[in-house]
Amino acid sequence: MRAGGGRAATVIGRLLRHRKGSFGVVVLAALVLAAVFCPYVSPYDPAQIHLAAQLAPPSPAYWFGTDELGRDILSRVLYGARPSLGAGLLVVVLAAAVGSATGLLAGYTGGWPDAVVMRLWDTLLAFPAVFLAIGIVAVLGPGWINGALAIAAINIPIFSRLVRAITLSLRGQDFVAAARAVGCSDGRIMRAHVLPGCVAPLIVQMAIAAPDAILVEAALSFLGLGSRPPAPSWGNMLSAAQGYLGRSATYALFPGLAITLVVLGMNFFADGLRDALDPQQVRSV
Amino acid sequence: MQGFLVRRLVLVVPTLFLASLVIFAIITLAPGDPVRMMLGTQATPDEVAQERARLGLDRPVPVRYAIWMTHVLRLDLGRSQVNDQPVARLVLQAFPYTLRLTAGALAVSVLIGFAIGILAALRQNRPADLVFTGLASLGLAVPSFWLGILLILLFSVTLGWLPPSGVAESGAPPLAALRYLVLPVVTVAVSNLSVFSRFVRTAMLEVLTAHYIRTARAKGLGERSVVIRHALRNALIPVVTILGIQFGRLLGGALITEAVFAYPGIGRLVVTSILNRDYPMVQAALMLVVLIFLVANTIVDISYAYLDPRVKMGEAR
Repeated sequence: MRAGGGRAATVIGRLLRHRKGSFGVVVLAALVLAAVFCPYVSPYDPAQIHLAAQLAPPSPAYWFGTDELGRDILSRVLYGARPSLGAGLLVVVLAAAVGSATGLLAGYTGGWPDAVVMRLWDTLLAFPAVFLAIGIVAVLGPGWINGALAIAAINIPIFSRLVRAITLSLRGQDFVAAARAVGCSDGRIMRAHVLPGCVAPLIVQMAIAAPDAILVEAALSFLGLGSRPPAPSWGNMLSAAQGYLGRSATYALFPGLAITLVVLGMNFFADGLRDALDPQQVRSV
Repeated sequence: MQGFLVRRLVLVVPTLFLASLVIFAIITLAPGDPVRMMLGTQATPDEVAQERARLGLDRPVPVRYAIWMTHVLRLDLGRSQVNDQPVARLVLQAFPYTLRLTAGALAVSVLIGFAIGILAALRQNRPADLVFTGLASLGLAVPSFWLGILLILLFSVTLGWLPPSGVAESGAPPLAALRYLVLPVVTVAVSNLSVFSRFVRTAMLEVLTAHYIRTARAKGLGERSVVIRHALRNALIPVVTILGIQFGRLLGGALITEAVFAYPGIGRLVVTSILNRDYPMVQAALMLVVLIFLVANTIVDISYAYLDPRVKMGEAR
């Protein structure tokens, strides 16, 4: 974006002064650091089995305790940041890309492409999201990538409708007519004149969709349809922990705490970002 | 009003038709041969071909869709490919469980959500509001399956007050059956409650600044009357819309919660039949879920018209 540096700096400044937003930034930074540097900061290899210390409670040796095979839960929670952050990123990037392409095209051209695309989204939105994700995972087969694709698919209609709505409102503006008058092609008008107007709402929608994607990914792994063991993910750790509730009260604690903290932080981040991008509008939700 | 009702109900049909196409496509595209799954690896190619013919899987896809659809319309949902039981019976067995769970969760989240939302709005930016708003943020972030596990840990494993999973045997006294429902209902209700109370709060805040509220106060009405008769009824309109959207969330929450509590509802049926590649089962269960969701949204639309006479026009659209 041209001359975007100054604006970006303003937005980041506002975000950091926002109470919830700054908390969100800290959590998001911690998540990224954990995902990138987990091999260096984890006390143990997440797959390393300590038979002498199965289902151990938290101790100086194992801060978060150990699981049923004696694997260090702290290390596994740190490594679990990878599938979570990965799913969040993949989902919002895919959903935003496909959603804005289809929304832009539908909104700009109108007519039958618009009708077809929008009816398709209406139908997809007639499914409760989690059921649709599970249906798609049924087609693609269980696994982390397929889970993320399924979650992206349930988000595409939302992004597409958002971009279409903005496109509809921009399409009739004078600057678009001017661009057409000087001979810009439709492709160029969409890319250079309409799309930039969609960027801020798109960013906010991405921030809203990401924590949701992380929650659904964790749910899919919990059901055995997302990330598969032995690779550590918060969802499948919780699924395993449920079998040992009578023997270890702390096993189920930390993976769930990690999900909650990350989702809470990212929700706050989205709140902060929305306010920072649009400071005139005071919202109470 | 009747015209509106009819028009609104007719709208359900095309959506249901499109949804049936999507569900059929999902199942048709799914990898893994159900016949191979049923007969095992020892089956000869002849046996496989015979079984495929018996199930109609050798026909072209559009024909299979047409056959399936005509059967569905006659309420013949086929037989489970895993245990050969009629799908309709299995789905109907599971349905009341899911209905009980979602209805219970809906009731709890509406009751408590309204109470909290109204209270938070009346005490805007005071400690009570901040506490409720904070709790709502937390309730939104807590994954339902973790909450379920924590509740089991506290109320079943540690305190031994409530059963950790399953349902009461049939014929058990209602109170015993209810004990099995408490934890799942609370689990599903919490995240919905959080969304819900926020919307009630926002809607109430908006309404409370309206002129007619000032008028009501000015003419000396008691605060209770102002809040309940004047503010709440108008705040209901946006909130009821949210209820429809929330219903999908509620069903999704029920699906995951059923897995946590080994609760024999539709959600568990869908997950196990997907893992077993039991196509007729997945199709029927997903169709039922979409139908419930659409009916819920239709009811919401209709009550919306009832609450706000301006909506009834519909002709405007």
